[in-house]
Amino acid sequence: MNVWVLLAVNSIALGGLLFLLSSGFSLIFGLMRIPNLTHGSFFMLGAYLGVTFLDHGINFWLAALLSALAMAVLGGLIERLLLRRLEGQVLPQVLLTLGLAFIIADVCLMVWTGDPWQPATPRHLQGAVQAFGIFFPIYRLVILGVAVLVAVALWLMVDWTRLGAMIRAGVDDAAIARVVGIKVSQLFTLVFCLGAALAAFAGVMGAPYLSVYPGLDFEMLPLALIVVILGGTGSLLGALVGSFLIGFLYNFGQAMFPDLAYVILFLPMLLVLVLRPQGLFGRVVS
Amino acid sequence: MREAYLRYVAVAVALLCLVSLPVWIGNAYYINIASQILLFAVFALALNVLVGYGGLVSLGHAGLFAIAGYAGALMLQAGHGHLVSDLAAIAVTLAASAVFAVLALRSTGIGFLMITLALGQIVWGVAYRWASLTNGDNGINVNSRPAPFGLSLAGAEAFYFASLIVFLLAVVTMVLFVRSPFGASLRGTRDQARRMTALGYNVWLIRFLAFLFSGFWSGVAGLLFIYYNQFVSPQVAALQASAEVLLMVISGGTATLLGPIAGAAIVVVMKNVVSAYIVRWNLVLGVIFIAIITFMPEGLVPGSVRLWRLGWGALRTRASVPSLRVQGDGAP
Repeated sequence: MNVWVLLAVNSIALGGLLFLLSSGFSLIFGLMRIPNLTHGSFFMLGAYLGVTFLDHGINFWLAALLSALAMAVLGGLIERLLLRRLEGQVLPQVLLTLGLAFIIADVCLMVWTGDPWQPATPRHLQGAVQAFGIFFPIYRLVILGVAVLVAVALWLMVDWTRLGAMIRAGVDDAAIARVVGIKVSQLFTLVFCLGAALAAFAGVMGAPYLSVYPGLDFEMLPLALIVVILGGTGSLLGALVGSFLIGFLYNFGQAMFPDLAYVILFLPMLLVLVLRPQGLFGRVVS
Repeated sequence: MREAYLRYVAVAVALLCLVSLPVWIGNAYYINIASQILLFAVFALALNVLVGYGGLVSLGHAGLFAIAGYAGALMLQAGHGHLVSDLAAIAVTLAASAVFAVLALRSTGIGFLMITLALGQIVWGVAYRWASLTNGDNGINVNSRPAPFGLSLAGAEAFYFASLIVFLLAVVTMVLFVRSPFGASLRGTRDQARRMTALGYNVWLIRFLAFLFSGFWSGVAGLLFIYYNQFVSPQVAALQASAEVLLMVISGGTATLLGPIAGAAIVVVMKNVVSAYIVRWNLVLGVIFIAIITFMPEGLVPGSVRLWRLGWGALRTRASVPSLRVQGDGAP
């Protein structure tokens, strides 16, 4: 009984983490249609940076924010200097981001070596709270809380602010949006920075839980991909539901079919592709 | 007329070079590299069917390559003969290609690419995590090479000739494919999918069959690879492997016959040379990707042709410049 509850708590925590990772991917890939294969690399590099900051005794939250800021700058540079020149050309964009992903992976291997890094859970987030006779680890709950906060903030931003309206306008019809005076190009850079920052933030949040190791980038990238395809491209609600679905599937799959846990993750994506190609919450694009 | 004649001469010279290669190279190490180039050229040609002629960029082809390799290796491990194992491996690869195609062709463009990427990762996941079947990270050894018609392929030279025959077969089928009505209709679906539908072509079916054709040759390349390497591990199915073969296609030039072959040669040689000096192959791979996109986006073969024409044109105009000047005011 208790094992299942613990699995459920872990699943929710992983779901929260996946949402932090894939919400940015949903904005970049789903809304802006940029096949950003460096998203997993932002996660990994962000996590490594965060671990290094923590090593220097910086506060956990500050480390996460600093790392997110660094990735936002890097993401912005990549978007401005490289991706911008390839607007609308899918294949070159894929190759460019793939090339960058390989470079980042190799640089990380050079700097942080091949050994896994696992920072201690910050002291004020250690321990567990007791409710209904069950102990919940605080850190897992904190991840969930942060994910919910980010989800609400993103939802408010995209659906209820002027900025969000401008982004949606730029995505739906860039030419007309420009005509009415929206600086689409700057907005897209901003969204790209935001996505990269969210990935890095997720990386630092996940570090005490997943640890950081070479190959993490290409492990996380497909997960973000599954979540976005499952939820429907460009749908934040879809990303949220997809993240928790995958979180549950991963933990319960790991417990019940350890050999096939990784493969089981892809099953809902395949089902969705066959039965509902636009994703659970995606809208049909004509 | 003259160009066609030149082309026959070039093909004959290339064939002669390929056949006599072991004689003038001599060293087994270099012959092995040549075999590697040939087998990866088969793989790159297979991917080029989709990327170049179909306009469908797959990032999961290493999955098909690995499925053939693993199926062959597992059958051999179970004690089956080479012929049975190879046929079974090709059949499994074709079935997997059909599944890949049905799923990935729900979409085109970025969607196709992302779905193939995910499918490739599934294959990697099975190879890496399902240890009771695939022996996980330790991989599977292939203890012997086949001996068709009693000719042993154990030596580097014999294996080179076997690879060469497979490679030539692949090239011939590619030439036939490109020139066939089917090849033309595939190019049609790449350029004008909607118009092809209006003309009554079944665009989905054309793409599906092209995927099977591509999957078949990827499988053949995968089998060649396990016989060459006599070992298969999850590394073969990794995203890096899919990216490498895509680099071969793109660096050489998509939708050309020579491009993927040249690309395979470049990548294999570079990988061997770079690995000999530094361990940072992935870094170099990434830099090459970015350099090609920035400087020669159409690929090395068409890019070189363009530069060659440009240079040739410049040379001709320069040659004609003095005569113009003589006709003119005679200034130096």
